[in-house]
Order: sequence, then structure tokens, then C-alpha cells
Amino acid sequence: MEDVITTPLESQEYFINMGPQHPSTHGVLRLVLSLDGEIIRKVEPHIGYIHRSIEKMCEHDSYQQIVHLTDRMDYLSCHINNEAVCLGVEMGLQLEVPERVKVIRTIIGELTRLSSHQLWWGVMGMDLGAITTFLYGFRDREMITDIFEETCGARLTMNYNVPGGLMFDIHPNFQKRTKDFITHFKKKLPEYDDLLSNNVIFRQRTMGIGKLSKADAISFGVTGPSGRASGFSCDVRKHHPYSAYDKVQFKEILRTEGDCFARYQCRIDEMWESVSIIEQLIDNIPEGPFKAPTKAAIKLPKGEFYQKVETARGEFGVYIISEGQKSPYRLKFRSPGFSNLSALNHMAQGCKIADLVAIMSTIDLVIPDIDR
Amino acid sequence: MKWLYDFSYLTRAIHEGLSARFEPGTVVILEMVLVGITFMLLFALLGLVLVYAERKVSAVIQQRLGPMRVGKWGTAQTLADVIKLLLKEPLINKDADKFLFNLAPFVIMIAAFMAIAALPFAKGLHAIDFDIGILYVAAVSSLGVIGILLAGWSSNNKYSLIGAMRAGAQIISYELSVALSLLTIVVLTGSLQFSTIVESQADGWWIFKGHIPAMIAFVIFLIASTAETNRGPFDLAEAESELTAGFHTEYSGLKFAFFFLAEFANMFIVAGIGATVFLGGWMPFHIGSWEGFNAVMDFIPPIFWFFGKVGFMIFLMMWFRWTFPRLRIDQLLTLEWKYLLPINLMNIVLMAFLSLMGWHF
Repeated sequence: MEDVITTPLESQEYFINMGPQHPSTHGVLRLVLSLDGEIIRKVEPHIGYIHRSIEKMCEHDSYQQIVHLTDRMDYLSCHINNEAVCLGVEMGLQLEVPERVKVIRTIIGELTRLSSHQLWWGVMGMDLGAITTFLYGFRDREMITDIFEETCGARLTMNYNVPGGLMFDIHPNFQKRTKDFITHFKKKLPEYDDLLSNNVIFRQRTMGIGKLSKADAISFGVTGPSGRASGFSCDVRKHHPYSAYDKVQFKEILRTEGDCFARYQCRIDEMWESVSIIEQLIDNIPEGPFKAPTKAAIKLPKGEFYQKVETARGEFGVYIISEGQKSPYRLKFRSPGFSNLSALNHMAQGCKIADLVAIMSTIDLVIPDIDR
Repeated sequence: MKWLYDFSYLTRAIHEGLSARFEPGTVVILEMVLVGITFMLLFALLGLVLVYAERKVSAVIQQRLGPMRVGKWGTAQTLADVIKLLLKEPLINKDADKFLFNLAPFVIMIAAFMAIAALPFAKGLHAIDFDIGILYVAAVSSLGVIGILLAGWSSNNKYSLIGAMRAGAQIISYELSVALSLLTIVVLTGSLQFSTIVESQADGWWIFKGHIPAMIAFVIFLIASTAETNRGPFDLAEAESELTAGFHTEYSGLKFAFFFLAEFANMFIVAGIGATVFLGGWMPFHIGSWEGFNAVMDFIPPIFWFFGKVGFMIFLMMWFRWTFPRLRIDQLLTLEWKYLLPINLMNIVLMAFLSLMGWHF
């Protein structure tokens, strides 16, 4: 009897496969969790369920075709991904694109960022059990996708960019509808705070959870709002301005806490910044052609070209090695999701299952972006 | 129309009618069958109405229309769902404990049936009027957790098991708060019998008569009973974004429908208890000596008062569910053991003091 009392109950770690089909892995990500009761000892991400070998396909495609493939990576920042490839090719060709193109690219890029953050906000609430946020996020996102549809015919994978400029000019309604959206959204964004950010349960669920120090953020290569929440100044728009970002005033949102709430707040603040960028540009779209003249078959000169942009998730890079042919010799994408995912194990150790869901939500994973 | 205001006329008429034709023993059995059928019909009706209500309430909160296609304003949507659930294949996964797996939904349903029997729906409409009504309901409503634990254990699925263990910890903790907040009112009434509690509120509901302690008790009851029914923001046992569907991950078809129905039935039961104890049950709303006003209120039949109050409580719970994020398991237990329980105990002492001094109305 004494043995029973003095020897502690034997406990054992066990494994759970979270995914590839799971509501909050947001796609076909599989996490192997080592658990002690509800406490997470180790998270091992297994990726590759949606690998389509896009980088290899790029070696056989022309540069115009490569743009289309980047849509299918981070589908929520599709326009910004397209832009990265186009900027890379333009850099290789030493092609100066018209001012009009730069401004339109920036406006649509910021609209894309907004729509991505709106979707993230909705899904973040849903992951934490507040289903209503999802509908609120989608309500506002709908207006942006309507604008996209009118501009280029597509709502999600837009393919609006081509090397040298844009596929079409903007629709005559574009400015009016964008301004309507901005007025609408500026009223609705405080609602996001009322519904979720200021909720006491939400704050308890996110504050102090999944901490990532600045040093760790740098060593894992965590970029975007997730990195900036840890104090890692990594906004490509600020440090290496492209398109029209050197012409606008905006703040780089930096926070120091590095927890889930900081990452959340970073994105909310970024939405305000995006709104301000669009407001600065929407009335100042210069006149001019919407595309610089390019040859039908683009051949990049021999050499290596790297272009990075800031997507809604972080730093997205395109590394092109050209042998002077119509297709690149080798092409590599630096996707933000892949690096951000690598920090998951570090952040989630010692947390509970519910915290893991919150952490995954705040690093805002898009699985096709990780697998490519 | 006399029976609408006092159902004992109706029940007595049925009893006399049956007694005229059958032996006394047969009459008892027949009446039991009648009551059973009535409750089954009530459950089916509750399922239909509450599922539809949940959909429409969530739709309003989420700025959408909800079901609109099946029937006028989507009223037949739930019926269509029932047909779908009936036709679905009842899957049992390999290595599941088949006996316990099949037993679990029934345990939950039986617990709900037993609890609903003690509720006074209107004057004279009361299946059993125990003199220990509140104790009985508190005891029986916690049997449901056995069903959840069985479901989680027998499914042979780790997600189900985690969900069931969470539910166990949660319901055992929050039971204390439910019972203690009800006891706060029992201190005032001096009786555990539901009919006496309702009668004692003829000149005013306890939530108004009992000053601040009664209001505190009502708020605690609302929180704790939402947690006991496993609904959002306390739906940790299901926690769809963490545990896929928690304890009923492996259930499909009719057995899943049982869990689904039990959730709504439990919601109705706790709302019914809350309405009875705090909001006067089927008693109309009266204000002091406003004769005219009181007469108008009396004109509304008691059964409408009861269902109206229950509807209000259920609406509050739905509002919670569609607004708040979910708590984490340790936060849930912290809320109960560190906040609700001490406040509750203090509240009872305060109420006892008020009651002794005769400071309540």
C-alpha cells in the first residue's frame, strides 16, 4: 500500500498526428506532436503534401509563364508574388517601367495585403473559437476581391502583372471603388478591435503565449509581421524600397514582446498603414502607358538576379540564374512561410494544444507557400 | 380556456377519463407512457426549434441570412438535416469498444430526460414535483458527463480521449458553481421544491427581490451552466479547431444526432432551471401595486411566460457562443476554482445574512 502512495503515477509521452486533415493547420500541413497530457513537448512539422515542384517547372517556362506559377504559392499575396518575379526580370533586362505601373502595382499590392490580413484575422478568431470573426473578415474582403475582379477578371489568383508592366490598364471605376472601400473599411477596422482585440478571453489566450525573442527571430529567419512583433526590423518596403514605396510615408510597425498578441497587433496596425498608403496614392496615379515595351520572348542576360519583396507573410525572394536563354537555368524562391514555420517548434514547446493553435494562427501559414 | 392558465384541470380530466375505463394499475402505466411520449415529442420539437433558432441567431450576429432555401425562410432546414442524419451510415471505427461506443449517446440522452422531468413548465404542468427538486436536477444533470467520458474512451481516438478528459474536469468543476448559485436562492425560499420556489415569486422574481447577491448568483449561474452544457466559450470538449470534434469525432449519423440533440436539450434544461429559480418560472411579471399592469400580465398564460424566459436565457447563451473566443483548459479551471467558487461562497454567506436580517423584499 505504501508503494502505491509513494511512487508517482507513471506517465508516458504520446504522439498525435495533427493533420494533414485538420481544421486549424490551414491546409495539408502535418504536425507530429509529442504530448505529455495536454502539454506539448515537441512539434515536428512534416511538409510536402502539396509539393508541385514549381521551381523545377520554372526551368522550362518562359519568364511570362513563371509569373503565373507564383500565384499558386502564396495565393493570398498573389499580386505581390507576381510583382517579385516581374521586378526580378525587369532588373535583369534593366528595364525602366512607367511611373503609372509602379503606383498601380503598389496600390494593388497593398489591397492584396489588406485582403490577406482580413482573411487572417477572420481565421485567427475562428481558430480561437470565435466563429463570427470569420464572417466579418470575409465581409470586408469581399469588397477588395470585387475590385480585383473588375480590374483583371480574377478574384484570387490575379496574374495582373507581366514583366514590363501590367496586363491591362485599370478599370475606370477603380479609383472610386477603392476610395469607397477605404471609407468603408476605416469604419469597420475599429470593429475588429471591439470584437476580438479587446476581448478579455482573447487577450488571455494570446498574451505571453509563444514568445519569440529578437535573436531567435533573426536566427530562424522569421520575417514579416511575425518577425517585426519580436523587434526584428525587416520590412523590405522600408529597407529596400521597390515600386512606389519610396514615394509614400508609412511606419514600419515594430513591437518588442514577441508573443502571439504582439504578432496579432502588428498585423492590425499594418492594416492601418496599408490604408494610409493607398490613400496617399489613389488620387495620384500618373498618366502614361501601362506597360513598357518588351519583346515577345524575353531573354535575360547571363547572370544572377535576386529580387525581394514584402508579402503579407514576410520577405519573399526570387533568385534567378540565367544562362541567357528564354527560361532561367535555375530559379529559387525564398518563401516566408517556410522560415516562419521552422520557428514553430521553438515557440510551442511547453505550451498546451490550444496555444499551439493560437501560435500557428499568428504566424499565418499558407501551406502551398511552404511546399511550393 | 381555463386549462391554459392552470394545467391541473387538463391533467385531472385525463386522469379521471382514464380511471373510468381502466384498472388503477393500468392507469399508472398508461399515464407514464403518456408522459414519456410527451417528453419525447418535446425533445424532438426542441431539437427542431432550437437548431433553427441557433442558425438564425448566429446568422443575425454574423450579418448573414442563415438558411433560406428549404421551406419558407429555411424553416424546413432542420427537418432536411434530420433526414440526412437518419440516412447516414453509422460508422464504428476498428478497435473501438462497440458496446460502450453505442451506449454513450443513450447515457447522455437519458440524463437529459431525467433532468427535464423535474421542470415545472406551467401551473400544474409538472411531471414530478420532488421535494428535493433542485438537488435531484443537480445530481441528474451531471450524469451526462459519463456519456461524454464513455464516448471519448470507447472511440479509440486520441482526440476524443483528450476531449472527454477535458469535459470531465470541466463539468465536475462547474457543477459546484451551478449548485451553489442555486443554493443562494434556496437560502431565501427555504425549500428545494420547484413548485414552492415558483410560488414564492408570485409577488416578484428572486433576481429582483434578492438584491445584489441574487444578481451575482444569476450571473454565476449563467456562466457555470453554459460551461456545464459544453457550449462556447466553454466548448473545450468539442474544440473543433483543436480537437477536430472532440469526444464525438468518431460518431456519425443518428448517434451523432443524439449528441447534437442532447446539447440543445441540456441547454433548454439549464435555461429552464435558471428561469424557474431566478426569473420566476411561469409566474407573470408583476410590479408592486400597479393593478392594471398586473392584470394585463396575468392575462398572458403561464406557459408562455415560462417559454419566453427560457427563450431569453437560451438567446443569451447563443449570444455568448457566437461572440466569445474559447478559453484554454487551465484558464477554464482557474476561472472556476479561483474566482467563481470563492465569490459564490461569499455570496451565500451574504445572502444568508440578508435573509436573516429580513432585508429582502
